[in-house]
Amino acid sequence: MSQIHVSTTINGDQTEYLCEAEETLLDVLRDRLGMTGTKEGCGTGDCGACSVTLDGRLVCSCLVLGAEAEGRSVGTIEGVADGDKLHPLQKKFLEHAALQCGVCTPGFLVAAKALLEQNNDPSEEEVRYWLAGNLCRCTGYDKIIRAVLDTAQEMRSA
Amino acid sequence: MPLDQQSDIKGFRVVGQRPLRPDGIDKVTGRARFGADMTAPGMLIGRVLRSPHAHARIRSIDASKASALPGVKAIVTRDDFGQVDDDMVDILVNCMAHDKALYDGHAVAAVAATSASVARKALKLIEVDYEVLAHVTDVDAAMTADAAVLHEDAADESVPAGMSKNVVRRHEFGHGDPETGFAAADHVIAQSFKTEAAHQGYIEPHACLASMGPDGQADLWVCTQGHYMVRNTCAALLGMDASQLRVTASEIGGGFGGKTTVFIEPVALALSRKAGRPVKMTMSREEVFRASGPTSSSSIDVKIGMTKEGRITGAEATLRYQGGAFVGSPVEFGAMSAFAAYDLEHVKTVGWDIVVNRPKQAAYRAPGAPMAAFAVESVVDELCKHFDLDPLEVRLKNASTEGSKAVYGPTFGRIGLSATLNAAKSHPHYTAPLGPNQGRGVACGFWFNFGGETCVSLNINVDGTVGLSVGTPDIGGSRASMCQMAAEELGIPYEKVRTIIADTASLGYNDVTDGSRVTFASGLATIQAARDAIEKLCSRAAQMWGIDEEAVVWEEGYAKPAGDNAGKFEPLSLADIAAVAANTGGPIAGHTEVNADGAGQSFATHLVDSEVDPETGRVKILRYTVFQDAGKAVHPSYVEGQFQGGAVQGIGWALNEEYIYGEDGRLQNAGFLDYRIPVASDLPMIDTVIVEVPNPGHPYGVRGVGETSIVPPLAAIANSVSAAAGVRLTHLPMSPPRIQKAVKEAN
Amino acid sequence: MRYEAPRTLDQAVELLSAEAGLARVLAGGTDLLVQLRSERIEPDLIVDIKRIDGMQAITAERGGYRVGAAVSGAELGEHEGLTSLWTGVVEAANLIGSTQVQGRATMVGNLCNASPAADAVPALIAAGALVAIVGPNGRREIPVEAMVVSPGRNALEKGEIVESLYLPARAERSGDAYLRFIPRTEMDIAVVSAGVALTLDESGRVSAARVGLGAVAPRPLLVEAAADAIVGTTLDEAALDALAAAASAACDPIDDKRGTIEYRIDVAGVLAKRAANIAYKRAGGSR
Repeated sequence: MSQIHVSTTINGDQTEYLCEAEETLLDVLRDRLGMTGTKEGCGTGDCGACSVTLDGRLVCSCLVLGAEAEGRSVGTIEGVADGDKLHPLQKKFLEHAALQCGVCTPGFLVAAKALLEQNNDPSEEEVRYWLAGNLCRCTGYDKIIRAVLDTAQEMRSA
Repeated sequence: MPLDQQSDIKGFRVVGQRPLRPDGIDKVTGRARFGADMTAPGMLIGRVLRSPHAHARIRSIDASKASALPGVKAIVTRDDFGQVDDDMVDILVNCMAHDKALYDGHAVAAVAATSASVARKALKLIEVDYEVLAHVTDVDAAMTADAAVLHEDAADESVPAGMSKNVVRRHEFGHGDPETGFAAADHVIAQSFKTEAAHQGYIEPHACLASMGPDGQADLWVCTQGHYMVRNTCAALLGMDASQLRVTASEIGGGFGGKTTVFIEPVALALSRKAGRPVKMTMSREEVFRASGPTSSSSIDVKIGMTKEGRITGAEATLRYQGGAFVGSPVEFGAMSAFAAYDLEHVKTVGWDIVVNRPKQAAYRAPGAPMAAFAVESVVDELCKHFDLDPLEVRLKNASTEGSKAVYGPTFGRIGLSATLNAAKSHPHYTAPLGPNQGRGVACGFWFNFGGETCVSLNINVDGTVGLSVGTPDIGGSRASMCQMAAEELGIPYEKVRTIIADTASLGYNDVTDGSRVTFASGLATIQAARDAIEKLCSRAAQMWGIDEEAVVWEEGYAKPAGDNAGKFEPLSLADIAAVAANTGGPIAGHTEVNADGAGQSFATHLVDSEVDPETGRVKILRYTVFQDAGKAVHPSYVEGQFQGGAVQGIGWALNEEYIYGEDGRLQNAGFLDYRIPVASDLPMIDTVIVEVPNPGHPYGVRGVGETSIVPPLAAIANSVSAAAGVRLTHLPMSPPRIQKAVKEAN
Repeated sequence: MRYEAPRTLDQAVELLSAEAGLARVLAGGTDLLVQLRSERIEPDLIVDIKRIDGMQAITAERGGYRVGAAVSGAELGEHEGLTSLWTGVVEAANLIGSTQVQGRATMVGNLCNASPAADAVPALIAAGALVAIVGPNGRREIPVEAMVVSPGRNALEKGEIVESLYLPARAERSGDAYLRFIPRTEMDIAVVSAGVALTLDESGRVSAARVGLGAVAPRPLLVEAAADAIVGTTLDEAALDALAAAASAACDPIDDKRGTIEYRIDVAGVLAKRAANIAYKRAGGSR
């Protein structure tokens, strides 16, 4: 079976890879590129642990074929911090103890970052609905929602 | 024991603070490595073939075609596992079916291949000849005379003759005579309840990477709540010496009890042994639902008598839990805990353990207790309504306190139930106004909490920092609390301690991260290890000063002469002593090996407001407050997190989560689409009130908090929804069709 | 399995026509990739249509809008003109899945997937949308309610592909709304759903109406009797009750893991009423 050659940009870096037609972007990130920060919780788009951005748009990487990334720009959890400088959301997640086991955290951060980039003053309800596709089983969401709202407030006043 | 006698520490310096967790940066940047995040050179991918039948005899398995597929390196079936001891048989048979497939999803064979796609193709080429048998998945149906029988001789002598062979154990607890109690009551209510099976729903599916060499030495990387348990179990199932298998616990993406046993781990090792290459296995979400352990579904009868003043005079309950296809449902815990919140003279509970064609149940957060509390607290609520009594007052009037004899035997020591009830009573939530179609519910919950075998090693580094090795996987921030307790005891800053989860070859045996035991038991062991190290630090200081060891004391991070008679010396810091350790006898370390006792029970009271749409049966949770006794909250943020997480899991179980089986015995909703765990937009903020009634069994007063928080919600929400809907709901989950139907029938 | 990303519609049609095995069109992929993973289907060819010009465009046409087959839910929701013209349709499309799914899922994919519970479809039925289909024999347009044949089967012939949906212009004093019932607030498949579009005359009476129902029959329904129940009324209580009764009477649901027959029949009426009230308000009606 011949593999597909894909040229794409991941977190700003030019990247090339080969993949099979049925491989998802999630498979490619994790198994071909070693970028295991993006997690698989369900593989069916129901949990959001594999959230990435594709040309700036929030998507589940388990619902994107690796081949579709050709010529596009992918953003993953590994690109959320700027080098050793954490993104304000990352700091607030730590301060608010917004993670327990931490496996859903990369997906939440990628999703929350996408929210704040298009709405810097979301209401609690807007945050809750935006993040409804990100499942967390540990926290009951309370501290996650607080961390996102607090980040938004801090970024507005910065 | 008062707190100041339990510890030399007058006021906590680090404990009770909210420092950032040491594993935090890794977890917010994607660097943390979970079960599926590890690779090895030459690694193969393992996949499991699972039974599509709920109950079937396996006549034969022909893997020849699959073996011939290019890229397939090993196939294992039941024939690849030898004889094991009796206590391991069920675990083995659950990991790989033997003569029968006992549930939809039961593993029957596994393949290791060079890629996932080859492995998938290979599974399709394995030919299993099944003789499909009659099946049963409902707990009540399984007890009937004509139900399909899973095992001919699984019952023990506790089960009376003449019952279905699916009834495998009977448990009884209590004291006094409930009939006498009922005779003294002004009103007696008896009701029956059902709860459906709920899954732990951890976001990280089971995953491991096994590597066994031709010399029989093996390494296993795995997401588990207990890597020593994994080592001992896998070694037994594979006929290995425990010393030959080193298990490393990865970061774990949730467990809630569901990762306290093995599923794919022995299979991965068997595949690796056969292929001579590392094998990585991960479960799909569908496999997690079909083949890992949910909790029991249950059927419960409760009868309680009360005086018009609100005093409970007698109580009894019969609990029937199915544990899946094997003995061991948590009905015993249900029967033990059902009435734990009440100080009763006449009480009796009977628990029946039932087998059905479902996956082997696994522990789920306070296993067995939430369903029992749901039934009991619903009836208490009905009695309160009957007499028009305040539900918190009635619970306070009957509350278990120090000296109460628990239904399961022991007499309670110092416990915090009344403190949580009083906290609820004085909280503004309790008196806030409610609108139309809204209702408020109250319920209490209890969990035993466990201690258990624990081993900790604390190493003082030459630069004055500390490395702490514990053996209990960190599932929700425990490395932070261990660092806090070590820093507190040693008198050094939190940042100077680094805690790691040691592998099974590097530290002695530790029980699983379960039973709400880690902050209690690993914490206690950490404190004791620190004290052991302090003793050695004092001895080194004595050497440096040339005085007797007894003449040195440790205060706030410094060795000091015990008094004027000891001599005049400048205090030595931990770093000062560590820097010259080579000259005073070599490395300095503290150790603890303990089977920890005195965990101290934790009680909680939950308060919840909900609104019901009578036309559609939809429930909205409006407000939720948790009041729970933590003994001493080491890291309050993570204590709150346990309260909130447990409450929300309870909301899911109460409202929408359930295993749905078709008439064919197949699981209908093996995915997050139709197994509906709460999403962010379903919920309000979950308010928490940490009550601190110190546990006499821990140096700092700590009680485990992880499990109690899921015990009251089912009942509290049922009481709230029943009030809002105007009709008693007795079947969980209270899904919209069930509520809508009940409302319609009541009108 | 082969993956192709043609640049033109003709190429796509050619690929689909020429494939001897099973071929599937990939737009948002939110249904297709789930089916691939579960091995429910094992296609030989996947044709990604997102690189075809116009497929991701929303264009004004004859007072309405033409929506390309690869327009995502998020793009629909961001289009002010379409959102104000067919509010209920956009709301329905935006209910499909999570924010992440909205970044990919398309209304056309939702339609072609041919689920009886598809969120966009009852709203599109109420709106009187048309489906533009291109194939080896040229282009044709069919009403949206003719698209779903049975659960999982659509009206496309071999080699055919949906190019776009056309949402027509609407009369003055019109409004539409879509409601679905799900147990949670998000992430579920509709247990019951109802889309209502209506137009009022100058006196505030309903002069025209269309009612679509989802998840209550093998395919989404256009319920003319339900529309008839409110035409000529001011949507008073009696009219609403008649609407609910007609909606419930049109149901032919099943018992499944998401709901019971009885429940679906009851709630179809409830939702039709509630959606009609919203559409009525949006049309400028007041009682």
